[in-house]
Amino acid sequence: MTGAALSLGFYFPANGKEMEVLNTETAENLGIDLNAWISIDTSGKVTITNHRAEMGQGSFQSVPQIIAEELEVDLDQVNIVFAQGNPTKYGSQITGGSSTIRGTYKKLLQLSASAREMLIEAAANQWKVTPSDCYAENGFVIHKTSGKKLGYGELVTDASKLTPPKMAKLKDTKDYKIIRKPLPRQDTPLKVNGKAIFGIDKKLPGMMYAVVERSPRFIGKVKSFDDTETKKIVGVKHVFKVNREVFDNMFEGVAVVADNLWAAMQGRKVLKVEWDDAGFPHHSTDQLYSKMKEQLQKGDLISFKTQGNFSAVFQKSEKKVEALYETPYESHSCMEPLNCVADVKEDRCEIWGPIQGPDWIQGDLAKALGLPMEKVTVNMTFLGGGFGRKAFTDYPYEAAMISKQIKAPVQVVWTREDDTTLGPFRPGMVYQCKGAVVDGRIAAFETRTAGQNMDTQNPGADKSIYNGSDTEGFLEPYFSSIPHYSFGDTPVDSPVPVMWWRSVYASTNGFAFESFIDEMALAAGKDPLDFRRQHLNNPRYQELITKLEEVSGWKTRGKNTGYGVAITECFSSLVGEVVKVSKNPEGKAKIDKVWVVMDCGWYVNPDIISAQVEGSIVMALGAATKHATHFTDGKAVEKNFDSYKMPRISDAPEIEVYVMDNDEKAGGVGEPGLPPFTPALTNAIFDLTGKRIRVLPFNLEEV
Amino acid sequence: MASFILKINNKTHTVDADPAMPLLWAIRDLVGLTGTKYGCGIAQCGACTVHLNGNPIRSCSLPIKAAAGKDITTIEGLSGDNSHPVQMAWIKEQVPQCGYCQSGQIMAAAALLKKTPHPTDKDIDAAMNGHICRCGTYQRIRKAIKTASTLATNNHPVGGHN
Repeated sequence: MTGAALSLGFYFPANGKEMEVLNTETAENLGIDLNAWISIDTSGKVTITNHRAEMGQGSFQSVPQIIAEELEVDLDQVNIVFAQGNPTKYGSQITGGSSTIRGTYKKLLQLSASAREMLIEAAANQWKVTPSDCYAENGFVIHKTSGKKLGYGELVTDASKLTPPKMAKLKDTKDYKIIRKPLPRQDTPLKVNGKAIFGIDKKLPGMMYAVVERSPRFIGKVKSFDDTETKKIVGVKHVFKVNREVFDNMFEGVAVVADNLWAAMQGRKVLKVEWDDAGFPHHSTDQLYSKMKEQLQKGDLISFKTQGNFSAVFQKSEKKVEALYETPYESHSCMEPLNCVADVKEDRCEIWGPIQGPDWIQGDLAKALGLPMEKVTVNMTFLGGGFGRKAFTDYPYEAAMISKQIKAPVQVVWTREDDTTLGPFRPGMVYQCKGAVVDGRIAAFETRTAGQNMDTQNPGADKSIYNGSDTEGFLEPYFSSIPHYSFGDTPVDSPVPVMWWRSVYASTNGFAFESFIDEMALAAGKDPLDFRRQHLNNPRYQELITKLEEVSGWKTRGKNTGYGVAITECFSSLVGEVVKVSKNPEGKAKIDKVWVVMDCGWYVNPDIISAQVEGSIVMALGAATKHATHFTDGKAVEKNFDSYKMPRISDAPEIEVYVMDNDEKAGGVGEPGLPPFTPALTNAIFDLTGKRIRVLPFNLEEV
Repeated sequence: MASFILKINNKTHTVDADPAMPLLWAIRDLVGLTGTKYGCGIAQCGACTVHLNGNPIRSCSLPIKAAAGKDITTIEGLSGDNSHPVQMAWIKEQVPQCGYCQSGQIMAAAALLKKTPHPTDKDIDAAMNGHICRCGTYQRIRKAIKTASTLATNNHPVGGHN
């Protein structure tokens, strides 16, 4: 079985010793299904399905870890497979909003316990004893009194014929053997020896390769193209115009298809395309931000959430605080650039790719190709990063259109330049914050947000409605403790396509909210942590603050250091971060340490949580101090990592993560660690230097 | 187009290619070893790192004609069974998240440890700063390099390509 040609989705991760990669034919016979997630063959080999994408956030481990707990099997002995797109079978598969565990843990616990009980019942039937006299452990059902045992392989056929119990009994959290344990990930052995197959690694027999010259101003049309030189490149087979659907708008490009990727890239280099970029604005960054600030001043605000009478209270307050915050557009810049394999035939379509939402793609392509759902197969590979970009339908759509045109399977690869310049991007935002402090407390608080609304890009979208994410990131108890508040937005239009980036609007909202809370603490003459404590009248939040204060040594911080705090909530998790900065011998600010308290309620694997928080912080650091996507004459400026600079190992601060243990419902883990970092950092810099940073990105070396 | 002999992981491959084709694409598409990754194409990210005569190089920026005849080691050739100290350390410290950059990171770390068996933080910065990880696994990479150093010193020699 050659590793290169075959495929994917099916692995035996057993201890990294035998990395056998099964092809799709073999995988179908993996056993008898007890439910959509669990299959067991007659030898007792268990196969667990991960219904969500694996883009680094650990679903490949966490989903099976939940199932293995209640099912009572050894995770080192199971197969783990990726599900195909099938929402009827698996529910929502869109891997976004940090929703995999919090959205499905109860269902997974229940169906795994249910499968276990069916296996116990099958054994009890065979032994003619009552099920309560039996228990399951490590792939066996054991009869308590006699010690007789039967392996799951001997029971599964009978078990599969039984009716699943309506409500299986779940374990108490205190009885968990593997949930809550920092088990090593099952995909790690595959990721240290080149065996893990990412979308870009996927090969099909007879597959062609394509790169696309796409509209640099996003919505420009192909006026004409000259492929004379392109066709001379050995290997180039086809050159034609292709569409890519972006929020129901057709973005245009010219595809160069060859029998190898290098030839396609070389062919594209000598392709001449004339673009029709008339009839729409060619914005520069300066123009975009001027527009945002102008709209904030004009006062045409679409109100989202209010309480009391902000204006009246603010007007008559003595202690007024005002600030304007600016955050940049950002590219997702996953290490694996976008790519997709599509094989479109007359009556069916198969997709392979680094895809966050296989169900969404399936539905989208069924419609686009006029095929029934069951004829559209969407397979997920490992993703080399996602962060939201790979949840979108555009790049699989384009690949399908190309395959359809050439009547052959094709892999479309985006160059790094394509990936960095074409978006959709995280929208840049400007925030105007105003507040009044009375008797050392926040009496009134207003945030007006200007920026593009990612929900109104479809043609005919109603742009008069508010942005439903105006308060994303803001801590819930503030709504009770701040008597007068107002949140609203003023949307800005631009041809630049925008979309969700890790932690979505919270990533920029968090910077404004938690910087401004700090500025108000200063006006109130209060310690920033105490000030927050005063306004967060809820035990869960108080416990988080207490823990954060303790682990960071906030109360005993030394001189010549700056400490900054920020607390945000996102996708049902609360995260508090404290950043410590100081000056290096040359007098430049440096980050010494970051302490994080993550309250995500019910959780599976604490090491994965720590890793997600560490990664979120490095990503936030990049957006705060290293990179931004700028626009000139309607085109993105930064094309590759030489200008869109990423944090390197020498930039990474020491990070300590503490996970709270409580009985709250599960909250997200992949994204919530990101929003508090930047305001905690800039608050720390203020503490150290007296310098307030309100515009991102800023150069940490020049503070 | 011309014919080139590539020695990869102690095996010889004869390929027909444009002499200007970067080694990266020859490895991935002509020989079929996809562990070495495309990240940027301009030697900025390190995902394409392989060893050429034992030294870490950016295969995206080396034309195939310059690599012909030399000893090339890719991630697949580091060990047959994840037993290289860097691989063992990467597993112990749970370094990878998405894993896409890790082949390059590991090749760079392996080369570092062969040259500098007990690297300081500054040595690690210098050797690894050319590698981007968007998932932000840097803190664990640093720890894993130190763990690999200990493993190599105690039991598992670094070096040799199989």
